[in-house]
Amino acid sequence: MNLNDEQVERYSRHIILQGVGGEGQEKLLAAKILIIGAGGLGAPVALYLAAAGVGTIGIIDADVVDISNLQRQVIHFTPDIGRPKVESAKEKMNAINPDVRVVTYNELFTKNNALDILANYDFVVDGTDSFSAKFLINDACVLAKKPFSHGGILRFDGQTMTHVPGTASYRCVFKEPPPANAVPTCSQAGVFGAVAGMLGTIQAAEAIRYIVGVGELLTNRLLIFDALRMRFRTVRVKPSELGIQGFRDSYDPPVCELRR
Amino acid sequence: MIIHINGEKETIEASLTVTQLLAHKQVKMPDMVSVELNGDILERQFFDTTIINDGDAVEFLYFMGGGQV
Repeated sequence: MNLNDEQVERYSRHIILQGVGGEGQEKLLAAKILIIGAGGLGAPVALYLAAAGVGTIGIIDADVVDISNLQRQVIHFTPDIGRPKVESAKEKMNAINPDVRVVTYNELFTKNNALDILANYDFVVDGTDSFSAKFLINDACVLAKKPFSHGGILRFDGQTMTHVPGTASYRCVFKEPPPANAVPTCSQAGVFGAVAGMLGTIQAAEAIRYIVGVGELLTNRLLIFDALRMRFRTVRVKPSELGIQGFRDSYDPPVCELRR
Repeated sequence: MIIHINGEKETIEASLTVTQLLAHKQVKMPDMVSVELNGDILERQFFDTTIINDGDAVEFLYFMGGGQV
């Protein structure tokens, strides 16, 4: 093992864990993971990946912290209101674990910067709100042959699936973005704060397990839970022959332009 | 006849189309649902013409945004 004494102590619960071990921990320290969105899902993902010692964590978000975010976006604190989310997130991640190099992108993820950014990472976590972003992330990851975790939450519900090249992607389940305003967003319909933590933590576990190479990923399965009745189920999904050859000309604007 | 909707057994009248089943289940905005029938995602253009048969497994998969804002 190339871990120093402090790292052996810091990561001891992973190192003694069968399936991770010192080897898995070294893989984590060498890994590069991109988190798209520093909000409800991105917050727990960023905290757990930093705590786990993922060596390089990229985080992209163009927003600033708003008071209405604090009910669920647990990486941001009251004094952070008005600060760029990526700065607020980076500060907490480094406070948890100075081993981690946090790369911030205070911008939107678009088809113009997508492939350049993705090239630097091994795994991608989708923590975005809009369908345009979700379809863009899907297409970009498929084109760049990058594995990623999809996540979505609304009201008391959450859903997530993991794509690695060759398995079903988000478009295999949801072919095209829904018509604008057909689907309410969290800012319109509300979201139960703990659902963001539940789903984001599942996404973090997928990212970490992908890097370590342990267990069975959530591929070709869509995990859906209803936190109102506290029921979980997985639906098998099949890869389809979509043949994503390039970006679409347009990714619809976000369905909701309400004040956040 | 008996079918499975979202993993749960349900008794419905015979010969409903997918569109009728969505209405029967009071899905208010069918545009926000992707339908999987017996393991395969059904193209939206076939919702009106596809009949649900006894023993079919139907999953209503909802678009879910949320997370960032």
